[in-house]
Parts: sequence; structure tokens; C-alpha cells
Amino acid sequence: MSRLIGYWGRLCALFIIGIMLTLIGFILFKGLPTLELSLFFGDTAPLAAMMGLQPVWEGIWPACVGTLTVVLCSVSLASVPGVASGIWLASAPDKPAQKVFGLAVDILAGIPSILMGLFGFSLILLLRGSFFPQANASLLLASFCLALLILPYIACATQNALSSLPKQLSVTGAALGMTQWQVTYRLLLPQASSGIMSGLMLAIGRAAEDTAVIMLTGAVANAGLPGGLLQRFEALPFTIFYYSAQYQSQQELNMAFGAALVLLTVTSIIFTLLAAVSRRRNRNIFGSANSRKRNIYVR
Amino acid sequence: MTLVVTSGLLLFALFCFLIWFSLPVFFTETTSVFSLKWQPEQGHFGILAMVFGTLLLAFISTSVAFIIAMGLNSFCLLSRRRWLVTLLRTLLRFMAAIPTVVYGLAALFLLLPLLRNGLQLGSGYSLFAAVCMLILLILPVICVMLDNITAPLWQQYALGAQALGFSPEQIYMQVILPHCRVNIGGAVLLGFNRAIGDTMLPLMLAGNATQLPSGVFDAIRSLTAHIALVIATDQGSEAYNSLFAAGMLLLMCSACICLLSRYLMGLQRLGQPE
Repeated sequence: MSRLIGYWGRLCALFIIGIMLTLIGFILFKGLPTLELSLFFGDTAPLAAMMGLQPVWEGIWPACVGTLTVVLCSVSLASVPGVASGIWLASAPDKPAQKVFGLAVDILAGIPSILMGLFGFSLILLLRGSFFPQANASLLLASFCLALLILPYIACATQNALSSLPKQLSVTGAALGMTQWQVTYRLLLPQASSGIMSGLMLAIGRAAEDTAVIMLTGAVANAGLPGGLLQRFEALPFTIFYYSAQYQSQQELNMAFGAALVLLTVTSIIFTLLAAVSRRRNRNIFGSANSRKRNIYVR
Repeated sequence: MTLVVTSGLLLFALFCFLIWFSLPVFFTETTSVFSLKWQPEQGHFGILAMVFGTLLLAFISTSVAFIIAMGLNSFCLLSRRRWLVTLLRTLLRFMAAIPTVVYGLAALFLLLPLLRNGLQLGSGYSLFAAVCMLILLILPVICVMLDNITAPLWQQYALGAQALGFSPEQIYMQVILPHCRVNIGGAVLLGFNRAIGDTMLPLMLAGNATQLPSGVFDAIRSLTAHIALVIATDQGSEAYNSLFAAGMLLLMCSACICLLSRYLMGLQRLGQPE
């Protein structure tokens, strides 16, 4: 009986590695041949398209720019409240208010992304009905909803990074006469920065890949370069979804595969950076070296 | 600190919004929403078929993913080829980073033709296809959690159990697993939550027919896909009401599961001797 689990484990491992190699290989096989300049810019001259002088019709350049914009907006919206609530959560983990808030962050992290989209959608309905009748799905709304989606990740990462720092650090800071703000800003945050960075990167990855939210809050198939915060926009995941469902020609299908390959590349770059950062974090002074330092303190 | 309060308020606003929008649905036209009929033209807005589809999808994919995850976890602990284990762990973490749309695209042009031409199953859009990809989606979640739970236990107990004459497989099955049964439940619930909440895979692969499936190869529509579809196709305001009921159900579900899984995972700290 017990021996079976060994065989089963080996079988599963081979199975999963095989499946994933097939899937990634398939995307590479279909996506690599399409990966050339015309995939991004269509028939438009690249330089003019990049400057936004001419609209791009048969390329994924606007989608790339749209994704980049919406991710930047949402991360800049979410990072400050996220880090702040992480600091607050880590400052006194046992107080009831923090416990309740931590629970709320946990629930928020588990909420399906489509509900964030639905939230944005009902926000529009509400605004239209009350005091802002021209409200419409837009880049701002999409980045706001994405910010809601990624906020708990940033908060959790900040909290974990801060609470894994040794207690002596803040105590020593206080003993040296630093105010709590100085301790947090000058001592704790720099030491926890790699943890917070990895949280931010995780958030960027989540924001870049999520389709359900932007599908309900402003992404469309043909919008050109994002014109402003209150305009609709194109995004890579939505392009993939749209063209894979309703492609008219082989060329549009190729665009879907090209976009998928680009998105996959972006997320794997983020993933590699994340792995590198967390490996460095495990190795830096707060890994092994610091426990020795802590022992000195204790002694 | 004001920022913290703001983000807390945002979360609160989310709850309030959904509850406020869905309350009329529950009070006035309960029978209409909780029925099996979805025929917007005739004024039937029942979402029960979608609820059933979501649950079916999530249950099947979570249970299969759990069985596979146990195997992978045992492999990570037991195998002597450490490079393969490192590869597997990296691959699992990488799988968590792959966008769901890419999974959907790959399945659309790899798995569906197989079902359509190889097995002669109509169009191929089915519960089965969605389950297959959902397993891949939630496998990393469950696996990484299981790994985090069992790896410290393994370090703690393996040597002692080996000295008592257990084989590695026996240690895994009879020492490690009984010790963290509850926490494994928490990990599985997290995976279940992910399976309920995913939108793109059911939307792209499950066929979106509003019916009760009679087998794994039938088309279904999940709640999440339902929300996306109705908003995309822009039906009247009564259809929207049913959406808020659907959103409410999803929110309740995921909140309960979150609380439960957090509780279960937290039990480890109480039960485990330091």
C-alpha cells in the first residue's frame, strides 16, 4: 500500500512535466514564427506607430502599450495603500483591529477577480445614476479595480517581510531615540525592501495577466493607443481572448498566438526576477548571518 | 494610517455594493432567480444551472488536482533524484505565473481538436476540457501549500521514523500525512476557491450552455463565465439583477472558504510542538 505512493508520485511528476512541456512547446511552436515586426505594428511604420502618429490596425503594439499603462496605473494606485496597510498590520499583529483587518485582507485576496470587474461595473451604474452621468468604462476604472485586486498581495508581502525582521531592530531604533516613523522609514523599510519588491512584482504579474477584470471595465478589441485616463484601451490578455474566440483569418489567429507568447515571456521574466529576489533575500544578512547576530544580542 | 483606513473602507464598499445591489433580487423575485430556467427573452432569469455547473466544475477539478498533488508532494519528498525535484518545484512555481488566458488558448487549439477529432465528441467544448485545464491551474496552489506544510514536518520526523524502521514511503503515508491532515484540508480549500473563482477557462472551454450536464462531455456554464457573458452581450437591466445575485453567491462562497481555510491552516501552529 505504502509503496504505491512512490510509483504514483513518479507517474504524476512525469505526467506534469510532460504536459507542461507540451503546452509551452505548443505556444512556442505557434508563436515563434509569428514573432516579427509586423506582429507588433502591422503595416504601419514602426517608428510612426511608436510615436502614436499613425494608428496601428493589425498589430499588437496598442495592446502592449495598453497593458503597460494599466499595470503601471494600478500598481501606482495600489502600492502606497498596500505598503501602508502592511506596515500597520505588522506593527502590532495581536491587536483586535489588526486581526480583523488582516482577515479582511485575506478575504480580499481570495475574492474571484471577476467580482472586482462586477464591482467596477456596478460603480459605473451607480455613478451614471447619481451625479456623474457621463461615466463610462475606462482605463482609470480598470486600473482602480486591478488595484483592488492586487492590494492584498502587496499588503501580505509587506507584512511578511516586516514581521520576519528581528524585533531587536525596532527596539534598538527606539532606544537610540528615533521616533516610530523614523524607525519604520529608515530602518525597517530598507531592510524589508527586497520582500516588498517581490510582493510588488507578484502584484505586477497578477495585474498583467488578469483578463476578467479588464474585460468588464474597459478593455476593447480596437481602441488604438490609450488616449487618456477616461478612454477605453486595448490589453494583451483581452486581445488573446478576443482573437482566439472570434478570429476571422489565419493572420488574426497568429496575432493571438504572438500575443500569448509575448505575455508568457513577460510573466516568465517577472517570475525569474521574483525567484532571483527571493533567493537573494534568503541569502542576505537577514538570513543566516543575522541569526548569528541575534544570538549575540541574546547572549 | 489614513491610507489603511481607506483600503479597509474600499473593501467594505465592495461588500456593501454587492449586497445592496443584490438585496432586491433576493427579496422580490426569489423564485425567478433560483430556478433552472435562463431565458432572458421570456423573462426567466434562473441561475441555478450555473451554480450547479460551477460546483461541479470546482469539485471535480479540485478532487483530481488533490490526488495528483499528493503524488507530486510525495515525489518532492521521497525522490532521490534531487535535480528532478528542483526542476519540479521550479516548474510548479512557474505554472502559477502562467496567465490563464494562455492556458485557455493552448487548450483551445490543442485539447479541443483532440476531443473533437480524436474522440468524436461534437464540438469539444465541455466540462471535461474545462476541468482538465482547471486542474493545471489549481495544481500549483495546492502543491506549493502542501510542500510548505510537509517539508518542515519531514525534516522534523524523518530521521526518527527511519530509526524506527519505517521505509520512506511509510514515513510519508503513516507519519507525515496523519500529522497534518487538517492543514491539507486548508490547502485543498484554497485550491477549491481558486477553481470557483476562475473566469477565463470556463468561459473559453466549457461551452457556456445553460443546462444541467448529463455527463462530463456536456457543455456547462459557470457563474463567473455567466457574469462575463451577460455583461459582454449587454442584456436588459433585469438580467443585471441576476448578475448581482450571482456575484453575491460567489462572494459569500469565497469569503466562507477563505475563513475556513485560514482557520484550518492556522491549526498547525497550535498542534505542532516546537
